[in-house]
Amino acid sequence: MASSTSDRINDLISRNDVFLFMKGVPAAPQCGFSAAVVQILTKVGVPFESIDVLSDPFIREGIKEFSSWPTIPQLYVKGEFIGGCDIVREMFQAGELTALLADKGIVAAAS
Amino acid sequence: MQAGNEECPVMAMAGSDIERLIKEAFPGAQVIVVDLAGDGDHFAARVTSESFKGKSRVQQHKMVYDALQGQMGGALHALALETIIPK
Repeated sequence: MASSTSDRINDLISRNDVFLFMKGVPAAPQCGFSAAVVQILTKVGVPFESIDVLSDPFIREGIKEFSSWPTIPQLYVKGEFIGGCDIVREMFQAGELTALLADKGIVAAAS
Repeated sequence: MQAGNEECPVMAMAGSDIERLIKEAFPGAQVIVVDLAGDGDHFAARVTSESFKGKSRVQQHKMVYDALQGQMGGALHALALETIIPK
């Protein structure tokens, strides 16, 4: 991974409390796994930013190397990799996602 | 860009291959693999193993991805994964 890609990734996840690397955009996800994470974040009511990796091949490959995680979507909270679709779903169902966001001082808009 | 990204799988994987690779890496684990769509491309796996003890969810899933020897995100496009520590 070029250092510029790594810098861009670091910038994205440090500038945004909740950041999602996904396929497509939140209003039109291009993959069921990305759609599921968007749906969960929407239910939790937390504001988030995202990037469409399909529009950026460098980020698309770079993020997998960055996190040593082979798939997309990838969710980051306060710069920390939280997981992909399965983990985010498990955490949401167990109430852990809301707890994590509260712990990090991120306020959900609705509950 | 790296070869073998998820957009150009060399070949689909059989569910039995997924099960074998995981069982080899986690001796004594209980492994259930389901072919969700019947297309050899979308699987769900539930792995129950003592070796997940003390690991975070991300670490547990990475252990299973490692067992799949780089196929995850490559030949294996979609694997919904659940890792469980036996009680």
